[in-house]
Amino acid sequence: MNLPPFQQLLDVNSADLHRFCVAQAGPHDGPDCFQEAVLSALRAYPDLRDDRNLRGWLFTIAHHKVLDHHRSTTRRPAPVPDVPDRGDVEVPAVEGDLWVAVGHLPEKQRGAVALRYLGDLLYADIGVVLGCSEAAARQNVRAGLVALRQEVTR
Amino acid sequence: MTTDPLEQALRAGATDPTVDLAAALARAEAEGLVDVAYATTDSPVGSLLVAATSTGLVRLAFEGDDEVLEELAVRVGPRVLEAPARLDEVRRELDEYFEGRRDQFELPLDWRLSTGFRKSVLERLYTDVDYGSTVSYLELATMVGNPKASRAVGTAMATNPIPIVVPCHRVLRTGGQLGGYGGGLPAKVKLLNLESGGQSLF
Repeated sequence: MNLPPFQQLLDVNSADLHRFCVAQAGPHDGPDCFQEAVLSALRAYPDLRDDRNLRGWLFTIAHHKVLDHHRSTTRRPAPVPDVPDRGDVEVPAVEGDLWVAVGHLPEKQRGAVALRYLGDLLYADIGVVLGCSEAAARQNVRAGLVALRQEVTR
Repeated sequence: MTTDPLEQALRAGATDPTVDLAAALARAEAEGLVDVAYATTDSPVGSLLVAATSTGLVRLAFEGDDEVLEELAVRVGPRVLEAPARLDEVRRELDEYFEGRRDQFELPLDWRLSTGFRKSVLERLYTDVDYGSTVSYLELATMVGNPKASRAVGTAMATNPIPIVVPCHRVLRTGGQLGGYGGGLPAKVKLLNLESGGQSLF
């Protein structure tokens, strides 16, 4: 199997991957998640045996970095709100605190919504990333949207 | 088609990955995760793609050679990344060459894309055929001890992975006819005229 040059993956996916990480992990830690995801992908790339869904593969790695981040922050004592040291990174422009609301969704719904609207992944690929069926991926996106609609119109 | 404001808001906004990509690339290089770094550079013979491994310059390609990166991914390693900083030395020496200020390249080379007879011919060409001089396919074949192999020498030239630096443009047909050139004959003529100090020999 001939893997394409890694640069091609970056050219096609890095903008969405970055947005996904920043929206999910915030302007402070999102960039770290993104960098860690790129490095993990580079470490694993030569041994990859399936090139059919490289975008899904990249988002799977990023999703796991974001989950690691969420777990480490919930385990830590509540952090004192700090001033972001990265003035150049902004969370995708949102109405009010939409991505904060997304952050309050259950894990699967949060991931599904972000993968659908930031990663623009197909339901089947979202299922691959989240480790569930395509139907469950659809259900998680739908449930996430219902919850968000209630939250933002409240 | 109706648009849903919630869905629109979820899609809105872009972030700029440039800074973080550069940082990730720097870390990747430090960790040895880059198989091939490449960049493009402009020259009197058109835009050139230059690619290096940790050993040295491994490939130079003329514009229009579309499969170069795919080929490198297969033959060297799939972690092929655009990393201009890694090619600064190469680009500097090429600039000096094209400005007529350099008659020998000093940058390290990675010969791994050539093997066997082709490799020994290219290495001989690189070390023994100086700036401003030319040889025939037959002479070069004789130099590597195989005067009957001028056709194979031609193949070695045609598959030279590092043209310009490994000077296959200095190899002509017996009698002084130009022969062929991977970068196109106008490029061959330009290089030969450059090396003759601006006189138009061809």
